[in-house]
Amino acid sequence: MNTLLLIAVLLALSAAGFELGRRRALGLVGHPKELRSLPGYYGSWILLWCLVPSVLALAGWIALEGSLVDTWVIRSLPQEIRELPEARLGLFLNDAKNLATGNIVSREVDDLLQTTADRYTSLRAAGRLARTGLVLLLTAGGALIGYRRISLRFDAMARVETAFKTILMIGSTIAIFTTVGIVLSLLFEAIRFFQAVPITEFLFGLGWSPQTALRTDQVGSSGSFGAVPLFAGTLLISAIAMTVAVPVGLLAAIYLSEYATRRVRTIAKPLLEILAGVPTVVYGFFAALTVAPLVRNFGAELGLSVSSESALVAGGVMGIMIIPFVSSISDDVITAVPQGLREASYGLGATQSETIRRVVFPAALPGIVGGILLAVSRAIGETMIVVMAAGLSANLTANPLEAVTTVTVQIVTLLVGDLEFDSPKTLSAFALGLMLFVVTLTLNVIALRVVRKYREQYE
Amino acid sequence: MTGPQGHPALTTEAVAARLKGRYRSERRFRLACLAAVVLALSFLAALFASIVGKGHSAFRQTHVALDIHFDAETIDPTGERDPETLASANYNTLVRAALSELFPGVTSRSEKRQLYGLISGGAAFDLQDMVMADPSILGETRRLWLLSSDDADMLVKGHIPRDVPEAERRVSDFEIGWLDALDDRGRVERRFNTRFFTSGDSREPEMAGIWGAAKGSLYTMLVTLLLSFPLGVATAVYLEEFAPRNRITDLIEVNINNLAAVPSIVFGLLGLAVFLNFFHMPRSAPLVGGLVLSLMTLPRIIIPARAALTAVPPSIREAAYGLGASPMQVIFHHVLPLALPGILTGTILGMSQALGESAPLLMIGMVAFIVDVPQGIVDPSTVLPVQIYLWADSAERAFVEKTSAAIIVLLGFLILMNLGAVILRRRAERSW
Amino acid sequence: MESLVTNEPPTSIAAAPTPAPTTGRPPDQDVLDPGIPEPILEVRDLNLYYADKRALNGITMKIPRREITAFIGPSGCGKSSLLRCLNRLNDLIPIARVEGEVLLEGDNILGSGTDVNLLRKRIGMVFQKSNPFPKSIYENIAYGCRIQGINRKDEVDHIVERSLHRAALWNEVKDRLGDVATGLSGGQQQRLCIARAIATEPEVLLFDEPCSALDPIATAKIEELMRDLKEQYTQVIVTHNMQQASRISDYTAFMYLGDLIEYGVTDELFIKPLRKETEDYITGRFG
Repeated sequence: MNTLLLIAVLLALSAAGFELGRRRALGLVGHPKELRSLPGYYGSWILLWCLVPSVLALAGWIALEGSLVDTWVIRSLPQEIRELPEARLGLFLNDAKNLATGNIVSREVDDLLQTTADRYTSLRAAGRLARTGLVLLLTAGGALIGYRRISLRFDAMARVETAFKTILMIGSTIAIFTTVGIVLSLLFEAIRFFQAVPITEFLFGLGWSPQTALRTDQVGSSGSFGAVPLFAGTLLISAIAMTVAVPVGLLAAIYLSEYATRRVRTIAKPLLEILAGVPTVVYGFFAALTVAPLVRNFGAELGLSVSSESALVAGGVMGIMIIPFVSSISDDVITAVPQGLREASYGLGATQSETIRRVVFPAALPGIVGGILLAVSRAIGETMIVVMAAGLSANLTANPLEAVTTVTVQIVTLLVGDLEFDSPKTLSAFALGLMLFVVTLTLNVIALRVVRKYREQYE
Repeated sequence: MTGPQGHPALTTEAVAARLKGRYRSERRFRLACLAAVVLALSFLAALFASIVGKGHSAFRQTHVALDIHFDAETIDPTGERDPETLASANYNTLVRAALSELFPGVTSRSEKRQLYGLISGGAAFDLQDMVMADPSILGETRRLWLLSSDDADMLVKGHIPRDVPEAERRVSDFEIGWLDALDDRGRVERRFNTRFFTSGDSREPEMAGIWGAAKGSLYTMLVTLLLSFPLGVATAVYLEEFAPRNRITDLIEVNINNLAAVPSIVFGLLGLAVFLNFFHMPRSAPLVGGLVLSLMTLPRIIIPARAALTAVPPSIREAAYGLGASPMQVIFHHVLPLALPGILTGTILGMSQALGESAPLLMIGMVAFIVDVPQGIVDPSTVLPVQIYLWADSAERAFVEKTSAAIIVLLGFLILMNLGAVILRRRAERSW
Repeated sequence: MESLVTNEPPTSIAAAPTPAPTTGRPPDQDVLDPGIPEPILEVRDLNLYYADKRALNGITMKIPRREITAFIGPSGCGKSSLLRCLNRLNDLIPIARVEGEVLLEGDNILGSGTDVNLLRKRIGMVFQKSNPFPKSIYENIAYGCRIQGINRKDEVDHIVERSLHRAALWNEVKDRLGDVATGLSGGQQQRLCIARAIATEPEVLLFDEPCSALDPIATAKIEELMRDLKEQYTQVIVTHNMQQASRISDYTAFMYLGDLIEYGVTDELFIKPLRKETEDYITGRFG
C-alpha cells in the first residue's frame, strides 16, 4: 500500500479506535458520571494504543527498509560482483534501482542487471505488503490491548495525561537530535577527509582543484584541497551583498519606522516582505539571465572586462535578497527604542534626522549589529544564487568583476551526481560543510546574544 | 535666555540662523531614506518585470495547422484495428506527408529535414492518441493544429532575431520562409499551452511541463507537513506549557534558535549522510526530501507557535484550571484553539519557505532528469524550484521562457500561501 | 530676553508680580486670572483634540516670568497635554490637533510660521520618566550643543561643567563623566536631564511630573534645584502631588476634565480656593 494511503488508513482506524474506547467506557456504566474519567479519555487511550506502536513501526520500517533490501539483493548477487570495491558495487546497485524504478541507467542493461532490478522490484513489493500487514496488525492489536484494559476502576485520564506529556517531551527533543545529527554526520565524514588531506592544508592551502584527486597517486599532494580561495570568494561575495543590503535595508527601515505615514507603511512593508519570500532559485535565475548580461554589457561600454559570472552580480543580487532581512530586523530594533529618548531629543530642539542619527541609531546600534551578523551568516550560507550566478573555478582575487567560487558552490558541485564516498573529493564537501556550519553557528550565537542583550536593555 | 556667561552660538538668533542649514541636511537624510525604500521596491519591480516579461509567452505555444490524412495503409496495414499495431505505427510519416503536400517544391534531403523540423516530435504522439481513442478516423483527412518545434516557436514569438546573418541564428532562411508562408495562409497560431501544466520534464522544450515537478513538490510538502506540524506544535506546547526551567529545556531552546539560522544546504548534507548513506533510503525521493525539509522547517514552525502560545493570556489558563480542568483539557479546549491562527500562520510561512527551497534537495539527488510524473513518495522526482534550476541551466533558448513560466507558477503558489497567512494573521491579532 | 522676531528692543526684566494680599481674596477676583502683568507665555482659548476626542477646552491663562507655575489636577485632566502644547511636543502625535493661540513673548507659537526646533530650544523639557540617552554623562549634556554646531572641546567642556553645576550634579559626577548615564540613580538621572535641558540655554523649562518615580530625598533635591533655577528660568511643572505644588510653586492652576477650573497664587489657591471643585480636590475629596 502506498505510504501516504497507509498513513491515511492508520489515522482513520485510530479515529475508529477513539470511538470504540468511548463506547466501551460508556457501556460499562449506566451514566457517564459513574466513570472515573470523561469518556473521551477512554477514547484517547485506545487512540494512543492504535497510533503509537504502528507509527513507530512504520518509521522504523521506512528507516531500515533501504539497508535491508540492499543487503538481501547483494546476498543474491554472484560472487564476482559482490567482491567489487564498495564504490563500484554501489554504482551497480544504483543502476539496478534506477532500472527498477524506470529511471535512466548509466550502463548497458544486461541480464544480471535486469535480474537484480527484478529482484529489487519483487523485494519492494513484498516489503510493501509486509509493511501494510505489520502496521495494520499493530493498530488492531494495540486497539485490542487498550480495549481490554478498560474497566470500571481504570483511570484513563491519568494514563492519557502522562502519555501525552511524555510524547510532547520526546517530540521536543528532536531539535537536539537534529543538531547532533548535523554535527556527527559532518564531523564523521570530515574526519575521514582529514585523514587523507591534512587539516592545515585544507585551512591554509591556496589552491583548490578537487578534480585532480581522482587520480589516486595525487591524493593529498600539491595543495589541491586548499580552501582559502573558497573562503576568500565567499567573503568577497558576502561583502558585496552586505554593501548593497545594509545601507538600503537600514535606510529603508528608518524611513518606514520614522518618516512614513501609516498608509505608506502598510503598503511598503508587505511589499518588502515579498522580496524575502521569493525563492533563492528565482534570484539565481534573475542574476544569471538578467543582471549578468546587463552588467557585462555596461562594463564593456566602460571598457571593462566583466566576467559573466562575476562576484559583483552574484553578490549584488544576494544583497537584494537580504535587504528585507536587514530592514525588518532594523525596523523591529528601531521601533523598540523608547519613545522617551526621541522626545528628549526633540525637546532639546533637535530635528528629526538629528534625533535619528544621534539618538535613535546609536541606541539601536547593538540590535542592528546583531541583525547584520545574522544577515552575514545568511549570505555565507546562501547557495542557489551563487550556484547559478557565481563561478566554479577557484580564483584567489579581490576583483569583484572576476568570477570567484564559494564554499556552497563547491559543496553542490562536489555532491551532485554519482558519489564515491571513499574519495577525498566527495568527503571534502563535508569538510566544507563543517566549516560553513561552524562559522554560521558562531555568527548566530554572537548575534543572538547581542540582540538579547539589547532587548534586555529596554525591557 | 542668554545669561552673562552664555555661549554666543546658543542665542536665539544664532540658532535661528543655523536652522536653514540644519533643515537642508534634514531633507537630504529624509530623501536618502526614501530613496532606499524606492530602490528596494524597484528591485522588486525589476525582478517581477523581468520574470513576467520573459515568461508570459510560455503560456501560449505556437501551433501549425496541417491537413493530416490518416492514411489507413500507413497506420494499420493489416486493417484489424489492433491497438498494438496502432500504437507502434509511425505517425511522423503523416506529419511529413502533410508538410510535403504544402511545400511540394522542397525536394532535397537536407531541406526536407529542416521542413519536417518545424513540427515537434510531440505532434506524432498527439496523432497517435487521437487514433487510439477513435480508430474510426482512419482514412479521413482533418485539419489539425499541431505543436511546432521550439525553434519555430521562438521565431514566431520574436525571440530569434530575423535581421541577423543566417549563420548567427538557429533558424535558417528557408525555415523562416516556410513559416511565413504558413502564417500568410492563417496556418500559424499561438494557442494555450495545456501541455505545460500536464506533462513532466522533457529534453524538448516545447514538450516540457511542470506537472511532474509540481507533483513532486506536492508529495514533498505533504511529508514535510505531516512531520513538522505535529512535531513543531508538540515542541512548542511542551516548551510553553510543561517544560521545567532546566538545562535540557535551555539546550532545546538554544538548539531551536540556532537551527533556524543554519544554512539550508547543511540540512542537505545531513540528509545525504544520514538518510541516504546510513539508512539507504531511496535517492531523489519526496520521502527523503520531505524529511530534510521538515527538519529545516521545524524551528520556523516552533518559534511562531511559541509566540502564539505566549500571547494567550495566563488568565485564561488560570480560569480553566480553576474550574478543575486537566492540563490536557486546558491545552486542547482553551489554549490551542486561541493560539491556532498564530500557529497556522507560522506553519504556512514555514511551508512556503520549504516550497521555495532547493539547495538541500540538490544534495539528496532530487536534481535528476525525470520524465515520469511521480506516483508516490518513494518514486524518483524533482520539485518545482529544482526544476527551475535545471531548466535555467539548459542551453535551449526556449527553456528561458519555460523557466520564467515555472517561476511565475511557483511565485503564484507562494503569494497565495502568504496571502492566506496574512489573512490568518489579521484574525490572530486580537487584543485581550 | 529676545523674541524670534525682534522688531522691538529687548524688554527689561519685568518686575515680580505684586503679591496678592495674604489674607483672603476679594470675592470679585477672577478665578482664572491672578493678574500677571508681563507674562512670558500666554495661552488663549486653546482647544486640543485627540482624533475626535476633546482633551482641552478653551484654556486661557498667562504664565509668569521667572516664577514656578504648577498644573495640578486628577489623572487625565489634561495638565500634561497642556504642558506639551507649550513646546508643541504634541506635534509628534499624528492624531493630535490644536486650536487657539499660545504666545511666547507675544508671538503665536502654534502658527505655521513657528519653527518648532527653535521653539523647543527656547523651551526645554524634563520628562516624567528620566530619559538619559544611552551615552556617557558628558555626551548627554553635550548633545544639545552638538546639534547646535558647537563642537570645540573647550567650549563643550565649559558648557557641560556649567550645566552640571547649575543642576547641582557636578560634585557627584565630575570624576565619571565618561560613564554611561543610565548607570546613575533615578534622582541623578533626572537632574542630569535637567542639566541637559539647561545646557542649551532655554528661556522656559517644562517639567512633566519630574518626581513621580523618585523617592522623597531625590524629590527634595529636585525641588531645591527648581527653586535655585528660578532666578534664571521660567518654570512650569505638572504634578499630581499637591504638597509638591504648594511647596515649590508660586502660581497654581487646577484643571479638571480638560477645563481650567481655577488659577491663582499658590498660597491663596490652597488656603482659600474660590471654586468648589478646587476645594474638593485639594481637600482630598476626589482625585
